[in-house]
Amino acid sequence: MTTTTATLDQHGHEADHAAHHTSLPIDNRKLAIWVFIGSECMFFATLISTFLVYAGQSLKGPFPKDIFEVPLVTAGTAVLLFSSFFVVMALDGAQKGDRKKLLTWLSLTVMCGVFFAGMQVYEFYHFYHLGLGYTTNLFSASFYTLTGFHGAHVVLGTLWLGTLLKDAIKGRIPPKKSLNLEMAALYWHFVDVVWIIIFPVVYLMQLRS
Amino acid sequence: MAFLRVSWRRHLPLGLLALFLVVFLTGCSPEGYPQSTLSPKGDFAELVDAVFMKTVWWATVIFILVEGALLYAVFKFRGKPDDPEPKQVHGSTVVEIIWTVIPAAVLAFVAVPTVQTIFRTAEIPAESPDGQQPLKVEVIGHQWWWEFRYPELGIITANELHVPVGRTVDLRMKTVDVLHSFWTPQFAGKRDVFPNRETRLWFTAQESGSYPGACAEFCGLQHGKMLFLVVASAPAEFDAWVAQRMQDSVTVAPTPVADSTAAEALPTTLAVDPLVAEGEKLFTAKACAGCHSLKAVGGPAVMVGPNLGGIGSRQMIAAGWMKNTDENLKHWIQNPQEVKEGVLMRGYTLSDAEAEALVAFLRTKQ
Amino acid sequence: MATTVLEPTRTASLARRSVIVDWLTTVDHKKIGIMYGAWAFIFFIIGGIEALIIRTQLARPEATLVSPDFYNQLFTMHGTTMIFLAVMPLSAMFFNFFVPLLIGARDVAFPRLNAMSLWVFVLGGLFLNASFLFGTAPNGGWFGYAPLSGRQYSPGPHMDFWVLGLQILGIASLAAGVNFFTTILNMRARGMTLMRMPMFVWTTLITQVLVLLSFPVITVALILLMADRLFGSGFFVTAMGGDPMLWQHLFWVFGHPEVYILILPAFGIISEILPVFSRKPLFGYSAMVFSSAFIAFLGFGVWSHHMFSTGMGPLADSFFSLATMLIAIPTGVKIFNWIGTIWGGSLQFKTPLYFALGFIAMFIMGGLSGVMHAVAPADLQQTDTYFVVAHFHYVLFGGSILALTAGAYYWWPKMFGKMLSERLGKLHFWTTMIGFNLTFFPMHFAGLLGMPRRVYTYPSGLGFDVYNMMATVGAFFLAGSILVFIWNVIVTWRSGERAPADPWNGATLEWTIPSPPPMWNFTDEPVVAGKDPVWTLKREAGTRTLPEPVAGDGRGIHMPGPSWWPLVVSIGILSFFVGFMFDKPWAFPFGPVTIVGFLLTTFGTFKWAYEAPDAHATNH
Repeated sequence: MTTTTATLDQHGHEADHAAHHTSLPIDNRKLAIWVFIGSECMFFATLISTFLVYAGQSLKGPFPKDIFEVPLVTAGTAVLLFSSFFVVMALDGAQKGDRKKLLTWLSLTVMCGVFFAGMQVYEFYHFYHLGLGYTTNLFSASFYTLTGFHGAHVVLGTLWLGTLLKDAIKGRIPPKKSLNLEMAALYWHFVDVVWIIIFPVVYLMQLRS
Repeated sequence: MAFLRVSWRRHLPLGLLALFLVVFLTGCSPEGYPQSTLSPKGDFAELVDAVFMKTVWWATVIFILVEGALLYAVFKFRGKPDDPEPKQVHGSTVVEIIWTVIPAAVLAFVAVPTVQTIFRTAEIPAESPDGQQPLKVEVIGHQWWWEFRYPELGIITANELHVPVGRTVDLRMKTVDVLHSFWTPQFAGKRDVFPNRETRLWFTAQESGSYPGACAEFCGLQHGKMLFLVVASAPAEFDAWVAQRMQDSVTVAPTPVADSTAAEALPTTLAVDPLVAEGEKLFTAKACAGCHSLKAVGGPAVMVGPNLGGIGSRQMIAAGWMKNTDENLKHWIQNPQEVKEGVLMRGYTLSDAEAEALVAFLRTKQ
Repeated sequence: MATTVLEPTRTASLARRSVIVDWLTTVDHKKIGIMYGAWAFIFFIIGGIEALIIRTQLARPEATLVSPDFYNQLFTMHGTTMIFLAVMPLSAMFFNFFVPLLIGARDVAFPRLNAMSLWVFVLGGLFLNASFLFGTAPNGGWFGYAPLSGRQYSPGPHMDFWVLGLQILGIASLAAGVNFFTTILNMRARGMTLMRMPMFVWTTLITQVLVLLSFPVITVALILLMADRLFGSGFFVTAMGGDPMLWQHLFWVFGHPEVYILILPAFGIISEILPVFSRKPLFGYSAMVFSSAFIAFLGFGVWSHHMFSTGMGPLADSFFSLATMLIAIPTGVKIFNWIGTIWGGSLQFKTPLYFALGFIAMFIMGGLSGVMHAVAPADLQQTDTYFVVAHFHYVLFGGSILALTAGAYYWWPKMFGKMLSERLGKLHFWTTMIGFNLTFFPMHFAGLLGMPRRVYTYPSGLGFDVYNMMATVGAFFLAGSILVFIWNVIVTWRSGERAPADPWNGATLEWTIPSPPPMWNFTDEPVVAGKDPVWTLKREAGTRTLPEPVAGDGRGIHMPGPSWWPLVVSIGILSFFVGFMFDKPWAFPFGPVTIVGFLLTTFGTFKWAYEAPDAHATNH
């Protein structure tokens, strides 16, 4: 059996899979990313529900109204929103084989990701120094858990896009491999959309509580 | 159960039906099954039982029909390897619609009484069948015993809930630690207790007697030994029980008798057995009093251990686990961790003589 | 390893090592399926031994065989093991081995991800069971109700094992969910439209949807509980304003779909077996598909029927009562269609059919007692009693396990190329039926007579004694029936009849290829023109047995190569979670073990991504 595996393996690396038939007109990996995103929706829906169930239930402060810095978060939100547009441009560049376009917009996207993650690190640091530790109250625990997991998704997405940027610089993302970027872009849009929900629900709606 | 071993397939449906009937007949006789859900002794449990029995009869009919059809097919359509291919039927819309609609209709017959019963049991009656206001009782779950408080009477007791027959009891329940569930099957269904909100339950006992209940939500190490009794008694007897609690609480002033003249003024106390007097001293000396109050009325509002007012006359000890005999009580206070590992009452070094004195003292708390 | 094992010759040593390496690095869905099955069976035996100790303790009232704490560990681990480590992975064995074969594919969509699911499951299961070695197995129930499962009332590592173990297992399930959803939608043979897929493929697909939508919910719940336990937050701590009800809602929003995750694959297996042994197509195929989907859909709207005793109020009680009753309708449709399938057929009484019929008979009973629980007021009497224990063993053992056993007998020849003994198979069936009913039927009575669940002992004089003794006797009888199965496997492994490609006159594609199948499954990719394609093929050829297929040497077929990275990533994931338990002395919530795990996972993922990619997944 092992010998067979080895023999087949040699074929495997060289063979052309382009002809492989899929039942739906969508690549396996792209379908899988969509499925994964569907599952992630439930993950964030549960975290957001938890935050809302406990909104206003904290027994002691600091409360949202005491510490939220809306301008900062608005800036972060805008950056994340723009990055979704940037990654679309980058993907367009990749699909058309426009190396300059790809590199320009992909770098911008990665920078946005880094900026947003940095914004969040600063925000957490700031809140912590205002007396909002993870275990301070229900608000803090549910806030840090929700935005922390979102932040982890941003960091993961930035790492992914950064890796692709490295590949792109080395010329490893030709048009026929643009799907590699498309998957990361789908994921990035999702992370962005989640924030579009978190921003009003967690920040704007809680300003008076 | 012989039929289970011999030819299971042939006899199962009839056997099951017979077993169901047997259990209902035996379950209806409370002797031998004092915790049965099938012999209701209160209105709440009767309502539940009625809708349950309706469901059971429908289930039995469906069971016989469907298992019957299955058995029929199994015997009728036995084939041999070289039989010709049977007719290739892929389905039948008509038949499939029929067997979708019929179960739906049957369910409607179950659903209507279900919803009616949900609403009837959810509503706490404003007035008892005897015309009085329902008797309020606060139920407090502890790991692993039950505290009962009668706010209108000022009585606190534990593990033995006394209720008058014919008067609705309005239970308001919570817990001081983890979730528990208050369950006294012959009177009502379960209701969980929570640390952060009050849950409600009610029932009216219809027959006097002692009815066991149990905690029905897993609550840790001794969940299995978190039992209790509901003692339903005629109103007059219940009133006597209340009066006894009051009287007991007055005569058991915790202050030790200081001077002999005062003692002489109270001949009843003087007549006390020296063993009892020794037990009373030990009750304080061995720090029993730190966790347990002997006053069912007017004692401290919050105590860690069960209230012991009237402990001498309770039927059970260790939260419904052991009969309240002198021997058991002695064993329990000497070796609590052996009887019920993990309870807050740690082992205290009590000599046999000391334990007997304590038992004699506690026995006086009728 | 080669240096520590003394071998007569160097080649023998190399051969030995390469077999081990082969299985550790394989991405072949069939080998992965077999490993799923083997590990799940081991865990099933462990869970069964736990059950036997429980039954021995409960045989007599006021028994003191085990301590209360050990008893609580036993029933917590019995439930957790049977659900997450036995029934789910046994189903996964069939997903893995047979979904690609049934849809005419050469592998799953992501073979390496599949290997990762396996290893994460295995390591998670070992981690959970390792808790016994320290005497600190989880003891707060498989449902982990707060606040009992919190730091204050469950100190020590007991529930940490549970919280972390279930998170690890969740990753395995989610990865498999993505993989099989994609595989089924995208890897079907030409001509196999959705409505031509075998029912087992349909129920697998629907099961993956349930996994994908419900596991994230329990993951969040576990994260919150972990934060409470390890970091000191107060999500479920009432002193900090937390609400134990939130745990219950989150748990059952997952927990109820989980019930269908356990039973839907069983429905699929039965729907494969009955037509073959009736020699007649599945009755009402479309109704079967839609009823499965409807059951899954309703499964998300009934979670609070686990919480009637919390006093949610009459409106909520009514809603969840009625929604639960609705599930009886599609479930009824399934049972009637199964009876419709055998009706008018030519029943071939082989062991798989015995178990399939036993499944229907037992599942009807579990279904009927289920309707009794849907009646909310009646449930107030039944919930948390042995009546419920009886009910869910009728659906989980009488349902899932009997169906999985039926599937094992049905597909064993295909998996291993050996026929199991019919004589021992039938003995296995009858002993199972007797043991099962003797164990669980009396529990209905114990429950109705007032015996609560999860009690380590009970007083005599309440009338439970005789039913408990019967159940204990039955449990040992049931254990004996498992030994008959093991005996059957051993005997036929040594000297059993070789299985032909198509021993049962099968209808689906797996019967067109050799038993066991070659690594590449199909030498020629099949083309399908309807349901039950192999029956059509045989009918057209005017025969009941096709000529025995030849595997060939697979030249020209490219298959994904083996990879170490799934195993490396799995070890990284395990280490990441385990770190949370042992790094607590650190001021920071996590320490070196977690960090090493994180780095290992990241490193493994990068290596994986840049390794020669999955054959099916790319077009370079």
